[in-house]
Amino acid sequence: MDLDFTAAEDAFRTEARAWLAAHVPATPLPSLETADGFAAHREWERALHADRWSVVSWPEEFGGRGASILQWLIFEEEYYAAGAPGRVSQNGINLLAPTLFEHGTDEQRARVLPSMASGEVIWAQAWSEPESGSDLASLRSTAQRVDGGWLLNGQKTWSSRAAFADRAFGLFRSDREGLEAGKPHRGLTYLMFPLDADGVTVRPIGRLDGKPAFAELFLDEVFVPDADVIGEPGQGWKVAMSTAGNERGLTLRSPGRFTAAADRLTELWRAEGDPGDTALRDRVADAVIGARAYRLFTYANASRIAEEGGGPAGPSGKGGGGRRAGSIGAESSLNKVFWSDLDIALHETALDLLGPYGELSDEANDAPAHGSWAEGYTFSLAGPIYAGTNEIQRDIIAERLLGLPKGRR
Amino acid sequence: MRFLLDDEQREFARSLDKMLSAADPAATIRAWAAGDTGPGRALWARLAEAGVFALAVPDEHEGTGFLPVELAVSFRELGRHATPGPLVETVAAAALLGRLGGPLAADHLPGIASGKTAASLCLASPTSPYALDADAADAVFVVDGDTLRLAESTGPVQPSSDPARRLARPVGGAVLRQGEEMAAAAAHAAEVAALCTAAQALGVGRTLLAQTVAYVGGRTQFGVAIGSFQAVKHRLADALIALEFAEPLVHAAALALASGDAEGPASGPAVAAAKVAACEAAYTAGRSALQLHGALGYTEELDLSLWIRKARALRTAWGTPAECRARVLAG
Repeated sequence: MDLDFTAAEDAFRTEARAWLAAHVPATPLPSLETADGFAAHREWERALHADRWSVVSWPEEFGGRGASILQWLIFEEEYYAAGAPGRVSQNGINLLAPTLFEHGTDEQRARVLPSMASGEVIWAQAWSEPESGSDLASLRSTAQRVDGGWLLNGQKTWSSRAAFADRAFGLFRSDREGLEAGKPHRGLTYLMFPLDADGVTVRPIGRLDGKPAFAELFLDEVFVPDADVIGEPGQGWKVAMSTAGNERGLTLRSPGRFTAAADRLTELWRAEGDPGDTALRDRVADAVIGARAYRLFTYANASRIAEEGGGPAGPSGKGGGGRRAGSIGAESSLNKVFWSDLDIALHETALDLLGPYGELSDEANDAPAHGSWAEGYTFSLAGPIYAGTNEIQRDIIAERLLGLPKGRR
Repeated sequence: MRFLLDDEQREFARSLDKMLSAADPAATIRAWAAGDTGPGRALWARLAEAGVFALAVPDEHEGTGFLPVELAVSFRELGRHATPGPLVETVAAAALLGRLGGPLAADHLPGIASGKTAASLCLASPTSPYALDADAADAVFVVDGDTLRLAESTGPVQPSSDPARRLARPVGGAVLRQGEEMAAAAAHAAEVAALCTAAQALGVGRTLLAQTVAYVGGRTQFGVAIGSFQAVKHRLADALIALEFAEPLVHAAALALASGDAEGPASGPAVAAAKVAACEAAYTAGRSALQLHGALGYTEELDLSLWIRKARALRTAWGTPAECRARVLAG
């Protein structure tokens, strides 16, 4: 048992750190949930891609570096420690790309991945519907078979990044039989579609601070060619669940994000904290311990995955314990609850530490750290909701990891 | 990097688990609590045979050399079975004497390694005035500032909220060592004690969780297993999360202790983080165990109450939550 990096890994870290030091904007970009900010973040994706830092874990042919899972974790640690911008392309990179690597065709990978890596095409997710949130499989938007493709109809919502993104991916009901037989997971098809296609209406929704971080999508006879179906028609649930596993698992929120925030919180505590306020001190310490625990837990998972073969984007075979080798299965629910609660605790503590400045919006000129604590706090509040609510995650933990009986949700 | 226990370490854990399971843990604990140390000392001898105490003893004194990862592995199993006795204190005393070396080490360490000597250790200031199970120990070491004494006698047993922990104040005794080197060795011993307590808490928490999962899976109300209710499930899910994320902190603390020497990298913050996280996790599991067993959980006749009460006691043993958190931020 060790926590040692190889010389090659240290060299990779040094290279990443040097590049980031030379390229990360000195002043944070405007929020990526605004039109200007979105454009600026797209430019940043281009810069990352130009030097092959946008998708380090992907194979080289798609713009990556074929990085190991440990190298990816190292890159993420350096990325957030450098204060680099949020990833506007994360829906595509973290959710769609792993699905394409696993279920897509060579043609789809060749067509979709390079423009995703460069930020030329930014992807939005289109999972939820007004009546289908945690019970996603009950969704009603339809994909109807037509000559050469499919016609999409219905409504999607909470579609993150859709206000400014170029394309979206999601599930559609292509066969009603499953629904009528009480097996709603059957008959769903996974499709990709352009957000500027005929028949698509995008209505941005302001999140808690008013920024249009997500949108409603109205789909009226939107034509999608067969080439944009991922996996077999009707098998969309299985295809999507591999994506959901990735979203909650190792690839959505890497520990680097939290260890960097915990380091900044420690600095803030040392600079601004009242040493006599032991209640606040304990919360700072718990945030630091939580970030460290998440990193170590991830290293342990990465070690196990490396032993079994596979990586975040690589092909995967069958592993033991009901999970695929190279993935973490139901255990990803442990991760999701842990990091989302940690993220809120970290930012709440920082805002409390900032006293009267803690209530300033990230847009206020006076906002400390260019508003990064305020923006981070707003962002963190969504964590326990998206990618499967923490209530659903705790059900999964109790049922699949502890073996407790199923009950009503 | 391979941040996983190796096969040998896992096999060691399995063999300890098997041995401890076979030793009727609840009866051993209840006997120990009543002052009958016979079954506990018999088990002690078998733990020594398995090599547990030698893990804190240098080679030259019939030990294996200091192996903190293996110690963490052992103490998790000891916690899982709530094994009674001054286990942490004996190992910490061995770490202290190992650092000091010389005739003092030669006098006591071979006995500790072989299981002949059960030791207790008390860091009178600032940690605690009490030595655990001093009445059952063959040697009671007392550190006060930079002075080490071998206690002459102990005061009356002060019952702990964990009946298996018999606390007493050491009295008098000859000065064995004094000075800066002693103070540094005592600080090291305190870290070893905190690491072992953290690992023990992980094991205690695992049993609390497993037994409670089994109980709520079988207990029926309103016509269904109470474990099918979300309020019950979510409490247990949170207990599992806390334990799962504390464990790697304990392993990292063990690695930090393994790589550190007197002048080496400071292991204090890593150990403190592990201590507070593991003990809070075990305590969370204990509170959930108590609550989810209903009135049964509030009885002393329930064997699991021995684990519930241990989780409470370990929380403040060898570093309170506040002390640990302050240590983490002190860097």
